Amino acid sequence: MSSEPLTPFQAMLRRFLKKRVGVISLVVIGLFFMTAIVVGLCSLGGFHFPFDPNATNLERKLLAPNSINWLGTDNLGRDVLSRMLAGSTISLSVGFVAMAVALSIGITVGAVSGYFRGWLDNVLMRIVDALMCFPTFFLVLSAIAILGPNLWIIIIVIGLISWTGTARLVRAEFLTLRESEYVRAAKALGQRNGPIIFRHILPNAAAPIFVTAIVGIPDAILIESSLSFLNFGVPPPQATWGNIISDGKSYMLDAWWLIVFPGLAIFTVSLAFYLAGDAMRQAANTRSERK
Amino acid sequence: MIPFIIRRLLISAGLVFGISVISFFMMTLAPGSPYPWGELNPKIPPSYKEVFRKKFHLDQPIHVQYWLNMRDLFTGQLKSIKDDRPVLQRIGERLPATLALNAFSIVLSLTFGLLIGIFCARHYGRPPDLIASVVAFVFIALPGFWVASLALMGLVKGFHIPVLGLQSYGIDFPNAASQLLDRFWHLALPAIILSMGGIAVQSRYIRATMVETLREDYIRTARAKGLPEDIVFYKHALRNSIRPLITGIGALLPAMLGGSIIIETIFAFPGMGRLGYEAMLERDYPTLVALNFIVAGLVLIGNLLSDILYAVVDPRVRVE
Repeated sequence: MSSEPLTPFQAMLRRFLKKRVGVISLVVIGLFFMTAIVVGLCSLGGFHFPFDPNATNLERKLLAPNSINWLGTDNLGRDVLSRMLAGSTISLSVGFVAMAVALSIGITVGAVSGYFRGWLDNVLMRIVDALMCFPTFFLVLSAIAILGPNLWIIIIVIGLISWTGTARLVRAEFLTLRESEYVRAAKALGQRNGPIIFRHILPNAAAPIFVTAIVGIPDAILIESSLSFLNFGVPPPQATWGNIISDGKSYMLDAWWLIVFPGLAIFTVSLAFYLAGDAMRQAANTRSERK
Repeated sequence: MIPFIIRRLLISAGLVFGISVISFFMMTLAPGSPYPWGELNPKIPPSYKEVFRKKFHLDQPIHVQYWLNMRDLFTGQLKSIKDDRPVLQRIGERLPATLALNAFSIVLSLTFGLLIGIFCARHYGRPPDLIASVVAFVFIALPGFWVASLALMGLVKGFHIPVLGLQSYGIDFPNAASQLLDRFWHLALPAIILSMGGIAVQSRYIRATMVETLREDYIRTARAKGLPEDIVFYKHALRNSIRPLITGIGALLPAMLGGSIIIETIFAFPGMGRLGYEAMLERDYPTLVALNFIVAGLVLIGNLLSDILYAVVDPRVRVE
């Protein structure tokens, strides 16, 4: 028996590791991330595996999967596997950074709302309500049509529409935690609001925030790939899983490998994230597991 | 109840206004021009350009443009830059297809979401629940455009059935019934794919609410007085877990309308989503302005509907 008391976050991780589906998903996510990082670093050093993702070869265009091009080639003779590996770096970064953008906005809005309450809370929450019932995908499309498809613009725009759920959740956590004894103690000792929010309350709300962060990544990856499919995504020659499919859709009936493999990658990563997120949520929510 | 609805309406109206302002200013500040010819095309005489600019108010400052566009929209005079037809007419032609698609998808989402959710709750924590739960997450994680592409590939290659557009062309239908059936068939596949995510999300909500309800004291009371489990489950628990179904009507609509842009594009379905996509590519400002308004309006109606249903189903809302 350990004598150190566990923080809620550590306790959640302990319970999470006992869930098989969750752990398998985490391993899958880990493998994808390792690949993305290794490929990213290699391409920075000018080394490409197995081929240069942007090297065209019109003599070898639209080849079905074979012993040289394991996942086939596209209409310009580029190797699909190389492009998918290069795309993994971009796709996962989009997911990760967009989630980070959404999370920082969501935490700030939620913390301010839940901690200070009053009219500010009212205004912010009405904005959240309104945004939540709005077809944001249409808005994203118009924004990107207007600002031009650029990696950073896409990441920020996705982040800007995805923070509402986090804000609601953080607010709910803050509403309960602000009444707790340690917050009162900190106030009595003359702590200012900033340290109370960030050092005392936020760490105790870490577990549910972590869960939304995990689910936010595949959300962003799926939005990016949908945008790419409509030619509003990350522009060529940079490969992402979404724009490999988008480039391939004109050759859909002759070259199934241009559609199937990148889609499978998007699907696998998203599923792993959602399942891990669900296992994490069950682990974080002790109440629902008690019978 | 009435003040509640009025407040919701006012907030939404404010939001629609805000979004229309922001999107209009973003649109007009963007690089690229709505002219049907190249910006610097020397063959177009300046006098003609001037006429065109005047006609679509492009010679005015932005805030005046916005006002003129809004005025024309509400008087029904707003015309598309692309084909010079009234915008409301263009949208009106596309509206029924999108409405049918989305209504069908929402019905599918709610029905199957409810069924799967009940199934999961009934077998809570046992293998059937775990399998159904994983399937639900599979549905959420499947990119709609990917499934649609695969379905199209499979149907065309495997069965030589092109499911595109609103109906089959080049066929003389012997009677109205077979024509209706043909339309239904063209609607079914896009609607099923569009509703996948909705089914999954709804089933998760229903399951969570059911599981929570089953822990209530009155359920224990019902069991304690010896009621059969079926009656406890379907009569006592289910009736009190129907909430997510109603919230779903309002919550699904925005996601569906977003998704229908993609699905309509893939299936060459002549709906509003594709109209919006084309208008975006063509920088047809008047059409975009009107579409933004109408889409927001549809969502507003969906939300209002779910609020009212809420009050019908749950008397407590009416008392507040």
